[in-house]
Amino acid sequence: MTALTHLTMAEALDGLAKKDFTAVELTEAHVRAVEAVRPFNIFITETPDAALSMAKASDERRAQGSAGPMDGLPIAVKDLFCTKGVSTTAGSHILDGFKPEYESTVTSQLWRDGAVMLGKVNLDEFAMGSATITAHQGETVSPWSPGAPGAWEKKIVAGGSSGGSAAVIAARAALGATGTDTGGSIRQPAGYTGTVGIKPTYGRCSRWGIVAYASSLDQAGPMTRTVEDAAIMLRSMCGFDPKDSTSVDMPVPDFRAALTGDIRGLRVGIPKEYRVEGLSAEIAALWDQGIAWLKEAGAEPVEVSLPHTKYALAAYYIIAPAEASSNLARYDGVRYGLRVEGGNLKEMYENTRGAGFGKEVQRRILIGTYVLSAGYYDAYYNKARQVRTRIKWDFDEAFKSCDVILTPTAPSTPFAIGEKMDDPVQMYLNDVFTVPINLAGLPAMSVPAGLGADGLPLGLQLIGRPFDEETLLRVGQVVEKAANFTALPPFVA
Amino acid sequence: MSLDKATVAKIAHLARIKVPDEELESLAGELSQILTFVEQLNEVDTKDVPPMTSVAAQKLRRRKDEVTDGGYAAQVLSNGPETAEGFYVVPKVVE
Repeated sequence: MTALTHLTMAEALDGLAKKDFTAVELTEAHVRAVEAVRPFNIFITETPDAALSMAKASDERRAQGSAGPMDGLPIAVKDLFCTKGVSTTAGSHILDGFKPEYESTVTSQLWRDGAVMLGKVNLDEFAMGSATITAHQGETVSPWSPGAPGAWEKKIVAGGSSGGSAAVIAARAALGATGTDTGGSIRQPAGYTGTVGIKPTYGRCSRWGIVAYASSLDQAGPMTRTVEDAAIMLRSMCGFDPKDSTSVDMPVPDFRAALTGDIRGLRVGIPKEYRVEGLSAEIAALWDQGIAWLKEAGAEPVEVSLPHTKYALAAYYIIAPAEASSNLARYDGVRYGLRVEGGNLKEMYENTRGAGFGKEVQRRILIGTYVLSAGYYDAYYNKARQVRTRIKWDFDEAFKSCDVILTPTAPSTPFAIGEKMDDPVQMYLNDVFTVPINLAGLPAMSVPAGLGADGLPLGLQLIGRPFDEETLLRVGQVVEKAANFTALPPFVA
Repeated sequence: MSLDKATVAKIAHLARIKVPDEELESLAGELSQILTFVEQLNEVDTKDVPPMTSVAAQKLRRRKDEVTDGGYAAQVLSNGPETAEGFYVVPKVVE
């Protein structure tokens, strides 16, 4: 039998149903794996006791015939989701000691459906980053890093901001993990670790109880090792929530049923503007390979144009910081987390926020404050919102001639910790293929498609029409099967 | 667009973030880099283009204005760094 930690969610559900093993056994195997991955600094908080009691309850439900759709599956939670009574840090010093009195809607739905929580995993501070290196709790190292744990030849990034989520799945220490995606924070780490990640349509998953970064862009989604598992987990995460004013009241389909493998006649858009400068030759080749795979499966590639692609990053780096500067105003040393005293109230605010926020978060708050300040609002913020409209129009136009769009997930394989870090703008280029999708509110996913010459994973991205995650998943599984990505990282638990 | 130290200090104050004087210079450089990068947006023709307010094709829902939740002050206050008598405690603000 395959080691319990190497099963897919679908296989684990089968095994649990057939009584090959219990949820407690499955969870115990994962709790040991969580301990084994400690050198990679993936977990901010481990919750083994909670995991085992949830697993025990799961076995009881199954014995009574009332098992839910994810019953007994051990997962990790990005430490951006509020979990009742369990420390929630957002990777920031400023949330020191914060234990929410409530549970985020998305995680409560996962527990409702029987999932088991292994713990809270690392991210870039407040989800602002592409490498999972900015958290107060330290950087996460990818299990794809060559060399023995702790004595790596070089430390490879897991991507970000959901880097802990991606790393934990790749290292076989969880069957799945929640992520959030504001500009690529699910898809880019999935691409960098050879895992699957979906950013659903804006409004599909409730944002209630998720620490906010940029509210008009933030969206939660599943990260798993297979497309089928992503379909299983997505179904539990989605659904209307009256507590989120942008949650969409629509039925949640059985995404797994959409995985028919039949994409004959489907038109796959290939955006010519994504052949950007700096796109590595191997990624260009992989993209062509992806097109060929879909063609072999009966789909029809069509060239589409997304002329404002090149402006997406610039628009994003106004809109996201602007929203962040407003969202993060709540961390003031009064209601939760860190307080650094000062001579008066204003000094207390300044001292708390100066000490509590890391450099990248401060940089984004300052940019956001600047672009929203009197005299600059129109020139920066409104201009960016107008460009955002044009980016959305580009996609509306493209989807008149195609059903799904195929692109690379990132412009290169993952880089080593320490590279690309001096220049914030260089760092932002990691997100060049993912950011436009958040600006347009569309669903998109990354599927592992191959390895680069350096032996590190490469992903392909699929972009769908609003609320058409089903087509996305169907095509994603075709890519997955054709790519037959079976490579394991140098370290697995 | 290039920001000087004084402007950065002013923004930092608006954002209520204490930035040590010796960090203002490098921060000014980094922020200027970002602002220079976003200047390319001026190339885009946005005449008569409405600024996007929401990607979701729906209007904000309305609900009855009534109390639906509440009555747990202790839980609300439980994470406060300093609380007393059912209130958050802050440095004195009124002389």
